[in-house]
Amino acid sequence: MEMTERHVMGLIEMLYKMADDQLIIGHRNSEWTGLGPILEEDIAFSSMAQDKIGQSLALYELLHELGEQDPDTVAFTRNAEQFHCCQLVEAPIGEFDFSIVRQYLFDQAEALRFEMLITSVYEPLAMVSRKFRGEIKYHVMHGKTWIEQLSKGNEESHDRMQQALNAVWPLALGMFEEGDYEKEIAEVHIFAGEKALQARWMETVVPFLSSCGLEIPAHSDAVLGGRKGKHSPELQPLLDEMCEVFRIDPSAEW
Amino acid sequence: MLTTDFPDSHPLHARVLNPHEQRILDRLESVMDPEIPTLNILDLGIVTRIQADNTDRAQVQLTPTFSGCPALKIMENMVHEALKTEGFHQVEVTTSFETAWNSNLISERGLQSLKKHGLAPPPRHEGYIELDVLSDTPCPLCGSRNTTLQTPFGPTLCRSMHYCNHCHNGFEGFKPVE
Repeated sequence: MEMTERHVMGLIEMLYKMADDQLIIGHRNSEWTGLGPILEEDIAFSSMAQDKIGQSLALYELLHELGEQDPDTVAFTRNAEQFHCCQLVEAPIGEFDFSIVRQYLFDQAEALRFEMLITSVYEPLAMVSRKFRGEIKYHVMHGKTWIEQLSKGNEESHDRMQQALNAVWPLALGMFEEGDYEKEIAEVHIFAGEKALQARWMETVVPFLSSCGLEIPAHSDAVLGGRKGKHSPELQPLLDEMCEVFRIDPSAEW
Repeated sequence: MLTTDFPDSHPLHARVLNPHEQRILDRLESVMDPEIPTLNILDLGIVTRIQADNTDRAQVQLTPTFSGCPALKIMENMVHEALKTEGFHQVEVTTSFETAWNSNLISERGLQSLKKHGLAPPPRHEGYIELDVLSDTPCPLCGSRNTTLQTPFGPTLCRSMHYCNHCHNGFEGFKPVE
């Protein structure tokens, strides 16, 4: 099937949400720098932040090749309502339990998303996906190790994992909010779609969380809107901080 | 000068180069990873294409070890500077994910260079890594396999941190990557 304008629009919409997710979770991860409960965690979240921001740059570059503005302009000059990240990634880091559960649920979705995108007909995206997959594997391992340890630790650590899961779950379901071009990007095999991804994610995370003795929150509605620019009040302050230096002098050479 | 023994899966393996390209290849043997002074960028496996002719123009393609690696920009500049000394003044250094870097692209000599710097080299893999391999990484100081992985995240994106239960030293490993 020929790629039409609608297919390209679908591709651009998808790349924006992926890149914005990476950038914003990268910024949130970096907020653990200097605050980690132990030195290794300080380094782990800082390293994951660096990976995510590097990955967002590669995705913004793909968008630039498709005619969008350059990565710095796109990353640093938009306001909250122009971002397409899901509300999961913009939530403040909270306590370590919240951050670790979010990290696992987000990265497991990413790992599966990029696994699916390796066979995308859009070759530039397939290429970066091959690269990201190996990096994200370490992130998933990190999240799983902690969730398992803490869930099976003592009563308090188990309760805190369960409470964190209850809080993160509806936000995590919002990752799979469908875009306006799901049919188009699926029919030309750019990406099989959010529903397909969500099914694979459920098949992966539910058995793992259950094996840790955690209960999946029932009757939990997805927090939607992020993909369409509807965000929590927490995103704009994050952007103000992230963009502060850039906005002092956007023409500065670094 | 020894030349890099590019692994079979590396795009420069058995690649026929013209004399100008060969000159570039020879020169890049002395461009070292800015964070691992014993390892040159050819042995690291990140140089994926070299093109040159009898003019002062040349193209070199690099692939990042990790997408967020801040050393890549530095290495691009180092390639520019190195080729200038060979008379190539119009050099284009590009970054591409066409060849996704993985730890199997490090040459045999590169693995030895890592060890010389005190880093445990990544084990060879078949395209899929069971992360359990990290848990008994041989100690680069005493060779014991009685080691513990402390964290897969180290001082740079490409390193993990370990402890040797035999010689009681902490050490770093270069991560295996698919």
